[in-house]
Amino acid sequence: MSHIPSVKLFEEAKKLAVDIKTRESEIKNKERSQIPQQEMPAQDPIERIGNMEEVTYGYSAEQAYVEAMRCLQCKNAPCIKGCPVGINIPAFVAQITKGDYQRSVGIIKESSLLPAICGRVCPQEVQCQEPCTLGKILKDKNKSVSIGRLERFVADWERQQGKVSIPEIKPSTGKNIAIVGSGPAGITVAADVRREGHKVVMFEAFHKPGGVIVYGIPEFRMPKRIVEDEMKTLEKMGVEIRTNFLVGRTRKLTDLLEKDGFDAVFIGTGAGLPRFMNIEGENLVGVFSANEYLTRANLMKAYERGKADTPIFQARKVAVLGGGNVAMDSARMAKRIGAQKVSIVYRRTEVEMPARIEEVAHAKEEGIEFHLLKNAQKILGDERGCVKAMECISYELGEPDESGRRRPVVIKGSESIMEVDTVIIAIGNDSNPLIKQTTQALVTNKWGNIIVDENCKTSIDRVYAGGDIVLGAATVILAMGQGRIAARAINNLLEGRT
Amino acid sequence: MNKVLKKKKLAENVYQFIVSAPLIAGERKPGQFVIVQVDTSFGERIPLTIADADPTAGTITLIFQVVGKTTHNLASINEGGKVENILGPLGTPTHIEKVGTVICVGGGIGVAPLYPIAQGYKNAGNRVIIIMGARNKELLIFEEEMHSIADELIVCTDDGSYGRRCFVTEPLLEWSKKTPKPDLAVAIGPPVMMKNCAQTTKPYGIHTMVSLNTIMVDGTGMCGGCRVTVGGQTKFVCVDGPEFDGHKVDFDNMILRLGAYRSFEKEAHECRLDHVAKNKDGGKGR
Repeated sequence: MSHIPSVKLFEEAKKLAVDIKTRESEIKNKERSQIPQQEMPAQDPIERIGNMEEVTYGYSAEQAYVEAMRCLQCKNAPCIKGCPVGINIPAFVAQITKGDYQRSVGIIKESSLLPAICGRVCPQEVQCQEPCTLGKILKDKNKSVSIGRLERFVADWERQQGKVSIPEIKPSTGKNIAIVGSGPAGITVAADVRREGHKVVMFEAFHKPGGVIVYGIPEFRMPKRIVEDEMKTLEKMGVEIRTNFLVGRTRKLTDLLEKDGFDAVFIGTGAGLPRFMNIEGENLVGVFSANEYLTRANLMKAYERGKADTPIFQARKVAVLGGGNVAMDSARMAKRIGAQKVSIVYRRTEVEMPARIEEVAHAKEEGIEFHLLKNAQKILGDERGCVKAMECISYELGEPDESGRRRPVVIKGSESIMEVDTVIIAIGNDSNPLIKQTTQALVTNKWGNIIVDENCKTSIDRVYAGGDIVLGAATVILAMGQGRIAARAINNLLEGRT
Repeated sequence: MNKVLKKKKLAENVYQFIVSAPLIAGERKPGQFVIVQVDTSFGERIPLTIADADPTAGTITLIFQVVGKTTHNLASINEGGKVENILGPLGTPTHIEKVGTVICVGGGIGVAPLYPIAQGYKNAGNRVIIIMGARNKELLIFEEEMHSIADELIVCTDDGSYGRRCFVTEPLLEWSKKTPKPDLAVAIGPPVMMKNCAQTTKPYGIHTMVSLNTIMVDGTGMCGGCRVTVGGQTKFVCVDGPEFDGHKVDFDNMILRLGAYRSFEKEAHECRLDHVAKNKDGGKGR
């Protein structure tokens, strides 16, 4: 994928839209499958590495129309089964072809509360777009209907029109629910439970709510004003958000139930414990977890030099270890903060990379170098304890492992030195053990993930959990999917329907 | 929002704040700390130890020294003013039990966090020997409070302007040599002082706890910025600490990591000085 100027994309879509519109009723499926897929318009790569603005602009109305016309409106709708929250995708796409965006976004909101966020950060290529019939016909899942881009289009339209509606809230039931963590899982539960008339208090340890969408995902991929709007909607619904409150320390989880009058608790604390490599030199000055690097930049606004009091390391040559979205975010952030050379170091190949294809493509356009089949063995420091280089070793792919991906095998004697002054470790997160440590009866697995039943209920009565604290580091939409299940169970419990 | 109820200048650049924080006051135990952020939009999050708390009044006592922009901003808040964000109590509380004789060593502003710990050991029935030191007489804090709980109190200054003229390690060494030797040492202060205290007691096999204050962002285990090497293993000060076995801490690495942003801080500090000079509204005696 190489960058195509957005003006060109818009113009082409305009022509196509006019052409299709004139014979819309006659268009057969065969022809639909030949309509060109609409590229996501984006800022010029050279320009965008000099700013923090969102990289992608979102579809124009014509692009959305053309893309929506590609949908075959399959009766069996395989895409719905691919969506963790079961959005009625063909229906919302059909409304776009009719130009009824309000109804379109309404259909999405029956199932998903945060379309502006999910339209941006969901890995659609492995969810709704993977089983898409069009992708199957074209023998390329990347050619499926761009469902995520369409979702974003209508969600952004709604926001820009100022038409975001506040869901109806049932009369007060007098029941109280505590939500621990204000990320995607917590937001979903808060909204679904509040709608039933229960009082909801959401606890957040940081000074701003939003969880990983605020501290982790960069501004250039997920503008913070969108998250702020979503949080405002929650507050307008009557959800109380209490920041600077660490459940487990400020108040024990059991105290919330036993002393503070909460009838149920939902734990959505995320995967907040960075993994390190356990290699020599990892505690040198200039080695950061991706969590730290991104939190400084995103939540603490360290990129606004002169305004922000939080410093960020002035990196020149950066190596980012890992191949997921967090690795791409870190690399692209480092570039924007002024690093001259940024490299992704990953021990498998691009095929096995867990990052979204779009993120990898964007990173490449921005001049991020990819060192594949390579990993760090040792980080070397200078006399001041600062990083000066990294010793790497190369790999080749062997037999598939338990994950189904081909296992990287060390090539003996392939050591090499990479000159860097900064190393960002983005190899994943484990679950934060704080709640477990301070809540004896809570059962977790060996990785510290809370064990829940099919209703997301934990080993403690009236306590539910969902999102990364249950799943391990996963995605926003999967967290929301679990939030949905937990909210239903909590509502049933409180209404005596268990 | 946490209201500053009382502000007191304890020494040059050293302030004591009594701040309203009812939940923290109720839960806090000796050895724990809070994360403070003066301004939500652009403020930095810094860890400060809780020196004291009054659960009935719902207040906590914070003591800090002005060293950079954030502590400068904090110091500029007056009584009745507000600290926008305080999170806590954080960290694992000190494990306090009766061990016999406990020797508590505090350096500079480290005397403040040492106070509740020394008090805890005293209340648990230990004999508590307190050694406290500062560069000079003006910088000594909490002498009266320490005096009230110590079975023996040794005060020293680097320049001899008050008490003994020596570093805290000198009386610590004398006590280490005694028979029976102290059962436990607790040292809190600047990193170099804690390192030297740990080195002093090591040959005598006196278990020595130190309380570390590293760079943090969240304070909940999420960022790992505070990590230190303890006994060859990486530990997070915010959740595994802040107290560790002083004989196992890699102080040299910790000191280097504390300086990671020195050039940035210098820049921020100079910007501030420029600003102060332009506005001519402060900066006196600083």
